[in-house]
Amino acid sequence: MDILVCIKRVPDTAENEISVNSSGSDIERDDLVYSVNEWDNYAVEEAIQIRDKVGGSVTVVAVGDSESEDVLRREMAMGADKGILLSDDAFEGSDGKGLATILKAEIAKGKYDLILTGAQADDGAGQVGGMLAAMLDLPFASLVNLIEASDDKKIKIGREIAGGQQEISEIDLPCVLSIQTGINEPRYVGIRGIRKVASVEIPVRGASDLGLNQDSIGAAAAKVSRVDYFTPVLGKGAEILEGSIDEKVDKLVELLKSKGGIK
Amino acid sequence: MAFQIFAYILHKDGAVDDTAGEMVAAAKKIDPAASITAIVVGSKIDSVCNSLTASFKEVWKIDNDALSYPNSEVIRGLLAGIIPKGNILLVPHDHFGMDLSPGLSVKLDGAYLPDAIDFDGVDGGKLKAVRQEFSGQVSTHVLCDISGGAVITTRPGSFAAEAGAAGGSVVDKTADALAGGMPGGKRRFVEVIEAEMGDVDITKSDILVSIGRGIGEQENIEITEELAKAMGGDLSCSRPIIDAKWLEKSRQVGTSGKTVKPKVYMALGISGSFQHLGGIKGSPFMVAINKNPNAPIFQIADIGIVEDLLEFVPVLTEKINESK
Ligand SMILES: Cc1cc2nc3c(=O)[nH]c(=O)nc-3n(C[C@H](O)[C@H](O)[C@H](O)COP(=O)(O)OP(=O)(O)OC[C@H]3O[C@@H](n4cnc5c(N)ncnc54)[C@H](O)[C@@H]3O)c2cc1C
Ligand SMILES: Cc1cc2nc3c(=O)[nH]c(=O)nc-3n(C[C@H](O)[C@H](O)[C@H](O)COP(=O)(O)OP(=O)(O)OC[C@H]3O[C@@H](n4cnc5c(N)ncnc54)[C@H](O)[C@@H]3O)c2cc1C
Repeated sequence: MDILVCIKRVPDTAENEISVNSSGSDIERDDLVYSVNEWDNYAVEEAIQIRDKVGGSVTVVAVGDSESEDVLRREMAMGADKGILLSDDAFEGSDGKGLATILKAEIAKGKYDLILTGAQADDGAGQVGGMLAAMLDLPFASLVNLIEASDDKKIKIGREIAGGQQEISEIDLPCVLSIQTGINEPRYVGIRGIRKVASVEIPVRGASDLGLNQDSIGAAAAKVSRVDYFTPVLGKGAEILEGSIDEKVDKLVELLKSKGGIK
Repeated sequence: MAFQIFAYILHKDGAVDDTAGEMVAAAKKIDPAASITAIVVGSKIDSVCNSLTASFKEVWKIDNDALSYPNSEVIRGLLAGIIPKGNILLVPHDHFGMDLSPGLSVKLDGAYLPDAIDFDGVDGGKLKAVRQEFSGQVSTHVLCDISGGAVITTRPGSFAAEAGAAGGSVVDKTADALAGGMPGGKRRFVEVIEAEMGDVDITKSDILVSIGRGIGEQENIEITEELAKAMGGDLSCSRPIIDAKWLEKSRQVGTSGKTVKPKVYMALGISGSFQHLGGIKGSPFMVAINKNPNAPIFQIADIGIVEDLLEFVPVLTEKINESK
């Protein structure tokens, strides 16, 4: 099975505290550590496991600037066979649809049986996979937490729905699936693994290679655009306990006792 | 305004989901004068449709035996056939909305605005909305060009439910929707597998000590188990702990886990994503311990403690045990 996995380079929230910059135009990007979107890492692991079972290939593709090469290499170190970088100034400011349009153009140049995305990325949008499927006229399923590849015409999938339930379906190939975390346990990639793929060439394609023009991509075509960032105010806000650890603990024990928090 | 607003209604076992009233409120924030049309898809849904006429001017019914389970691949095709282009469709941002909506926006040639939590009116063909990014750590104002129509998903629980213009009527759109046959045959629903029962039922616990990714390593869970024991409560967790297989799935709190209603909820190293908070009901007394003073959980909790939980928890456990 030939599998394509779309991956996005994002700030690693396990490593960073995300805050708004002073002008509210962006998040504070100094000192941010970037990595591959958590969901995409599960998608790549799943693709590798399927390939190892039934044969075929795994290609990873990212839309981004040259720094996205690092995340492509990381996933190739995991075991992906090939990486492709889609990069062009003309792509900047694309909204979700613009992004799906760029990916679609690349996908149309190859032949894939299975296209995987993450269920969502840092924006929490969860849009690219479903759009891609609709643009390619392929069946789609989101939040997939089980794949059983049995034959080359159709596969069995599970979707995570409410309350820990799992919805089982059969879906025809080729199809687009968005992958939910927890579907597998992504393997660890060490520095040595990354070194091994350090010199593998990663082809870079731009708008003209993909036959795209500004009507469908970039800021001009975007129907959704960000105005500013701000720090959310959701509730009344917690009472923050002050003092030394011991002082906070004493106060908290008292509060917990009064609220029935200690049996 | 030149557009109409449609709301996709979730329902289960004959009951309308809370998000129906929330979308009425959301629609009014987009256009206070909007007349809102509900769309209900399913099988044997007359009573659902009738109950909605209290809050919607018009209720579109698509009723067919083959629609008893909501397969979004099928429903997307039906909606693309009957919703006129250039209008707005609201869909709740849950597992079904995420499945249906991005592709539907492509089929309807409209914009897609995912997971909106608030609206601030329309100006010059652009809808101003509020979204969150990075699991709620930052918010953004976004502008969405709705001049060519839009599919918008709204976050469940973000809008205070409202009753709309009462006295509506039901319009049967089944024949229109099925004029081209039943779509979506490439993804066939098989069954729903129920969640596994675990060793403890956290939905019955009065006191929950809940751990998140901030616990860092599996070995550290022990100190929180000791705290739970000292408090006489049970251990629960956020999703990353389940993904790492450190605890059983039955201990996950959230929209894709359990809905809990404890009296006291201790959130340790949990950032406070809406999917996590969506599983906590009944306004418990909530204590958050997090080393990031800007963690969204501090906006929801009653008491906040900005500390490294690995340092704080053992001291807390010791004090509780001493005080008994
Ligand atoms: C409301 C809104 C407003 C925005 N405004 C702007 C703006 O004004 N300017 C701007 O520059 N950007 C903007 N963006 C961000 C930009 O459009 C995103 O790159 C785009 O939306 C796709 O990323 P996502 O996080 O939404 O993807 P999601 O749909 O959440 O991600 C799902 C999956 O899609 C795939 N995917 C996503 N992005 C990529 C990628 N780059 N390469 C390969 N695969 C990918 C991955 O598999 C990922 O797991 C905005 C996003 C949103 C939601
Ligand atoms: C469709 C869907 C359904 C989902 N369903 C659920 C669900 O049911 N339940 C759920 O929980 N999530 C769910 N999620 C995932 C959710 O979006 C978040 O990713 C998740 O809740 C984050 O978990 P967390 O707060 O533990 O981790 P993070 O967001 O990574 O937060 C970790 C926190 O720990 C703090 N921290 C780190 N180290 C320490 C320390 N030493 N001491 C104190 N604090 C520390 C950090 O400051 C941070 O705030 C779902 C996602 C999707 C897309």
